[in-house]
Amino acid sequence: MGSYIPNTREERQQMLQDIGMSSFDELYADIPEALRCREPLDLEPGLSELEVSRKIEAIAAKNTRFSHIFRGAGSYHHYIPAIVRQVTSREEFVTAYTPYQAEISQGILQSIFEYQTMICELTGMDVSNASVYDGATAAAEAVAMCRDRRRGTVVVSGSVDPKVLSVIRTYCFGSGAPLIILPDQDGLTDIDAWCGLDQKDIACLLIQSPNYYGLIEDGAAIAKAVHEAGAKLIMSCNPISLGLLKTPAECGADIAVGDGQPLGLPMGFGGPYLGYMAATRELMRKLPGRIVGQTVDAEGKRAFVLTLQAREQHIRREKASSNVCSNEALCAMTAAVYLAAMGSAGLEKTAKNCMNLAHYLCSGLENLGFSRKYGGEYFHEFVTICPCDARELADRLAERGYLSGLTIAEREMLWCTTEMNSVDEIDGLLSVIKEVLA
Amino acid sequence: MKLIFELGGTGRGCDLIPDCKAPDSTQGVSRREKKPMLPEVSETEISRHYTELAKQAYGVNDGFYPLGSCTMKYNPKINDQAAALADFTQIHPLQAAADVQGCLEVIGETEKALCAITGMDACTLQPAAGAHGEFTGLLVIKAYHVSRQDQKRTKIIVPDSAHGTNPASAAMADFDVVNIPSDANGCVDLEALRAAVGEDTAGLMLTNPNTVGLFDPNIAKITSIVHEAGGLCYYDGANLNAIMGIARPGDMGFDVMHLNLHKTFSTPHGGGGPGSGPVACKKFLQEFLPGIRVVKGADGYEMTRGSQAVGNVHSFYGNFLVVVRALCYILTLGREGIPEAAEGAVLNANYMMHQLKACYQMAYDHTCMHEFVMTLQREKHERNVSALDIAKALLDHGIHPPTMYFPLIVHEALMVEPTETESRETLDEAVKIFIEVMKQSEEMPERMHEYPLAAPIGRPDEVAAARKPVVRYCRE
Repeated sequence: MGSYIPNTREERQQMLQDIGMSSFDELYADIPEALRCREPLDLEPGLSELEVSRKIEAIAAKNTRFSHIFRGAGSYHHYIPAIVRQVTSREEFVTAYTPYQAEISQGILQSIFEYQTMICELTGMDVSNASVYDGATAAAEAVAMCRDRRRGTVVVSGSVDPKVLSVIRTYCFGSGAPLIILPDQDGLTDIDAWCGLDQKDIACLLIQSPNYYGLIEDGAAIAKAVHEAGAKLIMSCNPISLGLLKTPAECGADIAVGDGQPLGLPMGFGGPYLGYMAATRELMRKLPGRIVGQTVDAEGKRAFVLTLQAREQHIRREKASSNVCSNEALCAMTAAVYLAAMGSAGLEKTAKNCMNLAHYLCSGLENLGFSRKYGGEYFHEFVTICPCDARELADRLAERGYLSGLTIAEREMLWCTTEMNSVDEIDGLLSVIKEVLA
Repeated sequence: MKLIFELGGTGRGCDLIPDCKAPDSTQGVSRREKKPMLPEVSETEISRHYTELAKQAYGVNDGFYPLGSCTMKYNPKINDQAAALADFTQIHPLQAAADVQGCLEVIGETEKALCAITGMDACTLQPAAGAHGEFTGLLVIKAYHVSRQDQKRTKIIVPDSAHGTNPASAAMADFDVVNIPSDANGCVDLEALRAAVGEDTAGLMLTNPNTVGLFDPNIAKITSIVHEAGGLCYYDGANLNAIMGIARPGDMGFDVMHLNLHKTFSTPHGGGGPGSGPVACKKFLQEFLPGIRVVKGADGYEMTRGSQAVGNVHSFYGNFLVVVRALCYILTLGREGIPEAAEGAVLNANYMMHQLKACYQMAYDHTCMHEFVMTLQREKHERNVSALDIAKALLDHGIHPPTMYFPLIVHEALMVEPTETESRETLDEAVKIFIEVMKQSEEMPERMHEYPLAAPIGRPDEVAAARKPVVRYCRE
């Protein structure tokens, strides 16, 4: 049993005496007797480090780790360059708090400033914050940024990841915002349905591109329709796709959000990830959470500080733009190191590999009697209608060491490829599927 | 120092990804018009750049970090090692339950332990930070009142000493915030509370020990006043480190609460996250919790959802790898180690306070819990030396300053939280430095505005930063 207290019991007794106390009970004199724990906690006795290590490894070993992964749907299996883990496990970064004391926190502040710059470059937007919890909370916070007294209704495209929609729905339950789900048309945002809404109260439309089904939305046309209605467009994008595809800014979006997990973070059973948020300059003061800005110190030297804090909870309390305090700083640094290592050429290559392999897999599946559910252009995910029960196919493939696409309906599967897959691996998968179908 | 964009040169980079044998399918797609300006740097340059940044960062491993309200305790390395196991990191969150039994066991065991420690009955690990937990807890309170068709309960009572996140979270959940003043001891003013509660009270948010570092002895009375009015009691777990294993929020009458795994349960703060802010509650609220419930069935762990769940506050199950670290910590400390850590934290705080009392004015001169608050009001008035000046002078002595200007009810506040993982020598040395700095401020008060002198930069111009915001780099 350890408690990481350096002082021995004897030393602690001595310290108690030094402050004129005879027992720990005396330290806790303010806690009424009736409220004290009378029994020990219902926990096991503490363990040595070796025992903890063995126990946790045994628990971890109960998971099935797949060597062939064809599943995405919000969590993606990408290559993590060795430099990324090395840099981000430095204890000066890992064990620091939020950089409140700028003079001794320039390293953290500069890393966030660099992250913000990279997110702006990736999305084409003017300003970025220092991150929020994940892509879904980024979307929910973006929605809150768009609402005001005149326009309070939130519209979300039906082709958005249902997990993101679920979080937005929960946040809207909190804020009381009316929420409309726009039906999709052949897997894409239905612009006609948008135009048919009573638009005067609508604050924003949220779309995702590539969307949940992997399809690339016509962001520019949607932005035009949204702006004509006097509302704002929020666009959620997989950051890897932005190495290749039209940016939210080029489409005309007002806010870009997404999950930064593909940028160097492991799947890790769903977290920690990071939500990136970037916006036009006009919306800068509505962004939630931390923002790092450049300034100078007393001698005129370049320096970085947390800035625009008048938006934040510790100053504005109930009038703050959000309650965000801790965000995902170390994950943001991870994303920045990843992007530095990849560069724009590496990122574009990764995006192309993802997309090319998906199309290769898709045509292979079509040869086996699968068909695409939706017709539009897609990035690295696509939905097939399977010639068999999808769940059963997933089970059979799992037995053979393949994590298949995600079953989203009885006969429908959402597939994903990344640069971690290869043509040979896909050929292997296809021959196993052929056996299973036979 | 240079920004990473100012390093390297056109065409430099790392060779990371193999060529792909699949045919090109990207021809017809609508591409981005402008390439992103990302760094073009070699691996050597990346490595040296971040090493240089690390030298200009300060973590718990660099030295004493008595940042009040933040519980900057040591982050045990076994926890990081466990969280880096490939059998955790390479698990997709949408694998079948049968294939993620290890992850579900981590979640189930952690929830159970947190319930035991807090005196609650159910728990969700979905919230990713303390403030996220607060918002989640308030949604649970809201859903509870809505389920009883008790829609008139629109107000959340918050003491004026509360963390800023409390009122901000209440506002996000569309509650009206009712601020109540603290009494002369920094505790809840019972008369003010009685006057504030009523048929419109949805709940009260409170941290105990409170933000001035004192355990509110009237706590049972406070929660019963709120309950009698039909409201619920929310416990802000930011200060749980003082009392874990000694007293439980569930026994004090609280109905729902959050914990900060990155404070109390030793997971690293990462320069501002990722944290984890689990929400625990009493049985009558458990069906409202968001996210999955992990239950042990005949074939192992299963995932279910609450029948009246408020939905989800995260895409998946929260910051899972942070939870792995916290579970390791709980396994290490166990039932004896948990209260021992709390006692150690309270002892260290009182030990420091005792020695500083003669030199620094305490906001509340009373046995404290895990932290104490000093006020520089006198020094500010007499010789224009502020809490900020003292804090900045400490930087030159290799100490991370205490929390400044919080809680808001204390003028010129410095809030000191040493934590239990500091040795007696570290505390003695820190006390010596605090006293030395105070002496400096008496001898040369005007010089105090110039510190720090030995840090990588002097005081930054924050006003200029906010007035003309430069929040990204642009190549000239």
